[in-house]
Amino acid sequence: MSIAIDIHNATKSYGDKTVLKGVDLTVEAGTVTVVLGPSGSGKSTLLRAINHLEKLDEGYVALNGELIGVRVHGERLKERREKDILKQRSKIGFVFQNFNLFPHLTILENVTEAPISQGVKPKDAREHARTLLARVGLADKEGAYPRQLSGGQQQRVAIARALALEPEVILFDEPTSALDPELVGEVLSVIRTLAGSGKTLIVVTHEIGFAREVADRVVFIDEGLIVEEGTPAEVLSNPKNRRTQDFLSKVLA
Amino acid sequence: MTAVTHRPDQAPPADGTAVTGLPPGIDLKQLAERKVLPLRHPVRWVITALVLVLLANFAQTLFTNPSWEWAKVSQWFFSPAILKGLQLTLLATAISAVVSFLGGIVVALARLSGNPVLSTLSWLYIWLFRSVPLILVLIFLFNLGNLYPSVGIGVPFGPQLAVPTFTLLSPLVLGVIGLSLSEIAYCAEIVRAGVLAVDQGQHEAAKALGIPQRRQFFRIVLPQALRSIVPAFVNQIIGLIKASSLLFYVSLLDLFGVAQNLGSTYPTDIIPLLVVATLWYLILTSAISIVQFYIERFYARGSVRELPLTPLQRIRRTVAGIRSTPQGNTIA
Repeated sequence: MSIAIDIHNATKSYGDKTVLKGVDLTVEAGTVTVVLGPSGSGKSTLLRAINHLEKLDEGYVALNGELIGVRVHGERLKERREKDILKQRSKIGFVFQNFNLFPHLTILENVTEAPISQGVKPKDAREHARTLLARVGLADKEGAYPRQLSGGQQQRVAIARALALEPEVILFDEPTSALDPELVGEVLSVIRTLAGSGKTLIVVTHEIGFAREVADRVVFIDEGLIVEEGTPAEVLSNPKNRRTQDFLSKVLA
Repeated sequence: MTAVTHRPDQAPPADGTAVTGLPPGIDLKQLAERKVLPLRHPVRWVITALVLVLLANFAQTLFTNPSWEWAKVSQWFFSPAILKGLQLTLLATAISAVVSFLGGIVVALARLSGNPVLSTLSWLYIWLFRSVPLILVLIFLFNLGNLYPSVGIGVPFGPQLAVPTFTLLSPLVLGVIGLSLSEIAYCAEIVRAGVLAVDQGQHEAAKALGIPQRRQFFRIVLPQALRSIVPAFVNQIIGLIKASSLLFYVSLLDLFGVAQNLGSTYPTDIIPLLVVATLWYLILTSAISIVQFYIERFYARGSVRELPLTPLQRIRRTVAGIRSTPQGNTIA
């Protein structure tokens, strides 16, 4: 198995508050990694650092051996130009907690926007988008506007939008946290179909059941550090670290 | 029984409901079968009647007071001089509106950019032109020939290519420049407010999708910002129409200027001339308001589940409602 993502010494502070304290993590290509942790533990920041929505103070993220957002400059790492970073981001899909669909564009336009902006012919982009919308079960909604859909439907559109660029890696930032409980299932089942499709998925979530069922690896983060990682059976059923035990007993209670 | 407790001095209701304090002999369940009556507003009716009486009184004077001189109003209304003034007002306003909208976007972008030189320059620009009264800007520009008798470009202290300021800029061009300079400053703030009102998540989603920066702005951010920019900008244009009357003070004859000039030539017609100018300004503002309705409706798509009805749709729906049941108007 090859390494898709390599994170080394990821360090980030906001003012006095250190959110990431030198995180090291490698993710194998084609696997599903679920990131767990209490709120404020730094898990979202780590995820956002992977596609450089968050700039690290120290450390690097590499995707298939290519540094993301920075380059080597003499003895240091140096920030890349925004234009180059935007190009790199198109290899990484990102699904937000609040969907962040473009409200003034139709569902189809939401999905075609990124490919068209990167030079795909509009006709081809639309055709591909229709396939993707069918895949997430929303073929009949292409002319609707996001606000006319339920939260679960919007999040499925957001997943189709992330898939439109055919990224190798897709990052999910608490994709079901803004949903009503009865809508969580439909979004998780779409993510489930992506697992094992060859794409590398990193999912920040509180859905322990989903992690147990779908994840190849579970990573537990607390106070800006990875305190435990392993298979779901190791981390979820037999946690060794006390903080993991505390967290799981609270979440599963 | 429900958990409602009754005070000891009050007997429980006779009909077995949990509601207390009913007048005797009332069967609440029977009332529950009937439509609930809406609240009436008698004071509104009284005030409306009073206002109508006052308006009617005023309307009467329009016909009975001979000083309005309606015959002269209609005579002046389409007179060539007035139409020419109107043309100048429209031209100066239209050019300034377009220039200030585009300029406003540029200045706002500079202000919002991470570049400290650009954002400081645009801050200074806005500060300067919001501070100085428009009339001062205009008069300053018209004396530009005195300040810089010629304008040119060249190597400092070396050879110069120069033309006299006066031949370069006609009074109308100077007037439009003056209006635009000050409008851009206000418009920039309107655009900036609109951009700031767009949810941060939209910027992030556009970034995460790797959409190029220019397209992020024109395709994702600006269309959403326009929802709040349009009403404020139309307000600005209406202000601009009226501000263009200041061009009179730099010897340009706009609608107001013509009316004023004619008033001094025909002193007996001052009132009808003022009425003519007022009516034209009312017409211009009304036309803009109609355009505004449709632009706002366009930019509301996707933001509201149901678009507001156009007047035509409203009439059709009323007619249809008389014939049968009304139908929904969704944007789907």
